[in-house]
Amino acid sequence: MARTVWDSSVGKKTVMAVSGLIMLLYLVVHMIGNLKIFFGPGEFNHYAHWLRTVGEPFMHYEWTLWLIRIVLVAAVVAHAISAYQLSRRDIRARPAKYVHRKARASYATRTMRWGGIILALFIVWHILDLTTGTVHAGGFQEGHPYQNIVDTFSTWYGNVIYVVAMLALGLHIRHGFWSAAQTLGVGSRTRDRALKTVADILALLLTAGFLAVPVGVMTGVVN
Amino acid sequence: MTSEYTEFTTGEPLADHKAPAGPVGERWDTRRFEARLVNPANRRRHTVIVVGTGLAGGSAGATLAEQGYHVVQFCYQDSPRRAHSIAAQGGINAAKNYRNDGDSVHRLFYDTVKGGDFRARESNVHRLAQISVEIIDQCVAQGVPFAREYGGLLDTRSFGGVQVSRTFYARGQTGQQLLLGAYQALSRQIAAGNVEMHARTEMLDLIVVDGRARGIVARDLITGEISSHFADAVVLASGGYGNVFYLSTNAMNSNATAVWRAHRRGAHFANPCFTQIHPTCIPRTGDHQSKLTLMSESLRNDGRIWVPKAKGDTRPANEIPEDERDYYLERIYPSFGNLVPRDIASRAAKNVCDEGRGVGPGGQGVYLDFADAVRRMGRKAVEEKYGNLFDMYARITAEDPYTVPMRIYPAVHYTMGGLWVDYDLQTTVPGLFAIGEANFSDHGANRLGASALMQGLADGYFVLPATINDYLARNPGQDRVDAQHPVVQEVLAETEDRLNLLLSVGGDRTPDSFHRELGELMWEFCGMARSGSGLRKALERIPQIREEFWRRIKVPGTGEEFNQSLEKANRIVDYLELAELMCLDALHRAESCGGHFREESQTPDGEAARDDDNFAYAAAWAFTGTGEAPILHKEDLVFEYVHPTQRSYA
Amino acid sequence: MKLTLRVWRQRAADADGAMSTYEVDGISADMSFLEMLDTLNEELILTGEDPVAFDHDCREGICGACSLVINGDAHGPERTTTCQLHMRSFADGDTIDVEPWRAAAFPVVKDLVVDRSAFDRIIQAGGYVTAPTGAAPEAHATPVPKPDADLAFEHAECIGCGACVAACPNGAAMLFTSAKVNHLNVLPQGAPERETRVLDMVAQMDEEGFGGCTLAGECATACPKGIPLVSITGMNKEWLRATRKVSGR
Repeated sequence: MARTVWDSSVGKKTVMAVSGLIMLLYLVVHMIGNLKIFFGPGEFNHYAHWLRTVGEPFMHYEWTLWLIRIVLVAAVVAHAISAYQLSRRDIRARPAKYVHRKARASYATRTMRWGGIILALFIVWHILDLTTGTVHAGGFQEGHPYQNIVDTFSTWYGNVIYVVAMLALGLHIRHGFWSAAQTLGVGSRTRDRALKTVADILALLLTAGFLAVPVGVMTGVVN
Repeated sequence: MTSEYTEFTTGEPLADHKAPAGPVGERWDTRRFEARLVNPANRRRHTVIVVGTGLAGGSAGATLAEQGYHVVQFCYQDSPRRAHSIAAQGGINAAKNYRNDGDSVHRLFYDTVKGGDFRARESNVHRLAQISVEIIDQCVAQGVPFAREYGGLLDTRSFGGVQVSRTFYARGQTGQQLLLGAYQALSRQIAAGNVEMHARTEMLDLIVVDGRARGIVARDLITGEISSHFADAVVLASGGYGNVFYLSTNAMNSNATAVWRAHRRGAHFANPCFTQIHPTCIPRTGDHQSKLTLMSESLRNDGRIWVPKAKGDTRPANEIPEDERDYYLERIYPSFGNLVPRDIASRAAKNVCDEGRGVGPGGQGVYLDFADAVRRMGRKAVEEKYGNLFDMYARITAEDPYTVPMRIYPAVHYTMGGLWVDYDLQTTVPGLFAIGEANFSDHGANRLGASALMQGLADGYFVLPATINDYLARNPGQDRVDAQHPVVQEVLAETEDRLNLLLSVGGDRTPDSFHRELGELMWEFCGMARSGSGLRKALERIPQIREEFWRRIKVPGTGEEFNQSLEKANRIVDYLELAELMCLDALHRAESCGGHFREESQTPDGEAARDDDNFAYAAAWAFTGTGEAPILHKEDLVFEYVHPTQRSYA
Repeated sequence: MKLTLRVWRQRAADADGAMSTYEVDGISADMSFLEMLDTLNEELILTGEDPVAFDHDCREGICGACSLVINGDAHGPERTTTCQLHMRSFADGDTIDVEPWRAAAFPVVKDLVVDRSAFDRIIQAGGYVTAPTGAAPEAHATPVPKPDADLAFEHAECIGCGACVAACPNGAAMLFTSAKVNHLNVLPQGAPERETRVLDMVAQMDEEGFGGCTLAGECATACPKGIPLVSITGMNKEWLRATRKVSGR
């Protein structure tokens, strides 16, 4: 079955849909967690620490977190490889362009590929910045995420990268969520309106929720 | 020249020896039992060529392949799915009697013989009526999405010229759905390797060796390569020849080359003058017109046909008061009204236009009005029933048929004539079969609505696959024929010479200009009404056009490439000969019957007057040479069950 | 009307092509787009030029042969086939670009003519019901609910013209394939081959080099027969169902 799925363009789209939905679910949780930053360093840092102890005593320290990380990495890799392979197929399938060109499908549809690349680059920067601290501005302090975040959004480029990425994320989710529903065959004529609305709401909530943090830092609500 | 051509001789009478004697209802069973069979294991060794992939060809190719024969099939279109059967709108008849409205095999048989104005062979028509029932079963099993009622059962409607509801339909696209069914069955056989499909390949000649059809010469329309293909039997399913008229409802590339070349090689051509003029087509808009579009006859179920009572009334339709309108079909034929058979409806439209009461540009049109239907059923119901047809009309004419009456005018639609075939659908060339519109067999002088699909599928799914066995079983070990055979070399050379000649003239007229000129001539003199003097004029003119054609034709490009001008020009070569035979046939048949209306032969009230004493036969013509008088062979038609009467629809 | 046409000219499959410019005059608003091209071709023949090759046959919107991209739109500005597009959709003095379908799976044969045999092979892979002639049960043996029959018909309306592929930014044939899958899979007659049909047809579609679906929706917008985008969703569902069922066997 795995072979059938992976070898088929429809199957690969299924992989993209499922991995995309996993990431989307994670992002909803991540976004809600982020909002705790508005309740001060104590609560936020405590929350960050709790993430490492979830599941104890059944799970060892950080096991759950690593499990989530593994699932996420798998999802990102599957999503990216499928996207890359499908894109190559799509480009090969349309070698000659029309002389008379017309802009067509919605903005979100057309920006899926570039949006995806922007998001992939962002994820790398985001991890190096706030998880490993490799490219962090100022002194990265393990176990003090509140201060680290304030540091990041105290730089102009930190804000620019983050804002651009979150806008791309919104657009990506807007088409991606609806598209995943179609790929998984749950769309229908009667459900189409509802699915599009849910996609719009999700895109808006996630973008707004994530952007609240840098805006908070910039406006001094978070410091 | 002309006088020589019209001085044809009458040869030996022709008879169908294949239909068994006995009660008409048992003949098909008897024939199937008497026909020899080919052992299933031996079928693979037999190759059958099928030319055309419409309802007849597609269904025949699929069925023969299912039986185990090796089928080699051709179509000029880029895909077998595009054959012109796809454009049939209205429906398909079958004597299922699902409505319990008094229908039966015998009634369908009776209606078809009568509708054909007693010029069809009873045994063939009865078989057609019997098989009609199986066709519906077959198509439903294939997944053809016929219209259904809320209970999930099939819906039927009544259709031009009959009083029972026996027409099965799929909105206004019945032909498309039936053809796709046959195409899908054929596709399955192509995938299985049982059918070798050559798309974009046009048959240009027939190969006859030792008196038997053994193959064809065809041109690859992309590369221009001319090749020969061999078989134990050849089946022509190449459709009708309505495009002789240039303007018709046929597809632009539908052509008569396959049947005409077969005729030149010895297959008799029967009743070439029997053409059907369909009453409900969209009128032409100008000289640029390239083809005519049919509006389904089903529209006559609810639309009312009228013209102004006064000549030259140019007021818009909606401003003409009720009492100044002439609903002429309802007036002349009170019991059938707007539902009279096609030939009658067409001629009536021509008559009122000839009187100067026609409407629209050039006065070549009559109104088909839905105002009453909208009032009676409501706009929504009309939309449901005819929406797609109305949209089509609106798109072509930029007029809204819900508010302004449609304008319609008759146009050439179908040819009842074709290659003469016996009960087995075999032509006068042994091993050459003709099915569907390409043969002459079942519709006599006029075809009833929704019967073309029935005949095409009956021939292809059921008749030919049963009868061809007999021929193949009786001729099991034919000598091998290949491209080196002298006959094949000769046919190939003739074909190449003809194409090279077309390319080399380098004249100053386009192929279309000749086609249009011929078409206009035919429409004027061999169209809805024909007269001795008119036909003689046409017969004088055709050889002149032909001579001019070979002097002034200009075909650009070469033969070794995709060359649509060359394709066209080569088809016109054959139209220029076929047209002559059509006129001669129309001239010799000094009676009116069905679609063939001779002005000299009408009843006092202007209806077609048949002459059964002198013309109760099918006229099968044998070719003797281009422009040379053909030989007429008569097949007497015997009516044991449906006794000829003057058709009356009043 | 007087018009300027810019038409893709390409002598043969392996030749290079380019846009050529032509002026046509005396065009009537009642002409169909193809009749306008006929007019151009008549002139080209007489001036000794090679006429423009284009596919066409029934000219009443049902055979699916005609296939032109007009001003960047498959079948032009109206939702119909090229043959049913009339010149009243254009204005005097317009410049009109005419191009062939563009897709790797539809190579150009000449000028505006492309090879669409890939569609035939998709149907051959499973777009049928195995019902050999003579084996059919009585037509009323299996009632089909009207909504199912209507849904099947709606998908069966596809004319196989390829506008969906031409319009798709990825040159995908999902709409074409899904139309046939939905037509047959919704009917009881198509049920026995429901799984193999969708799996084999999708596999063949991939094999032919069509692109994948990004649900841009261009196909459904271009479709002259109005096959809806949700048809693709339906096929995806069938494909997933079939994959689960077949792997469970």
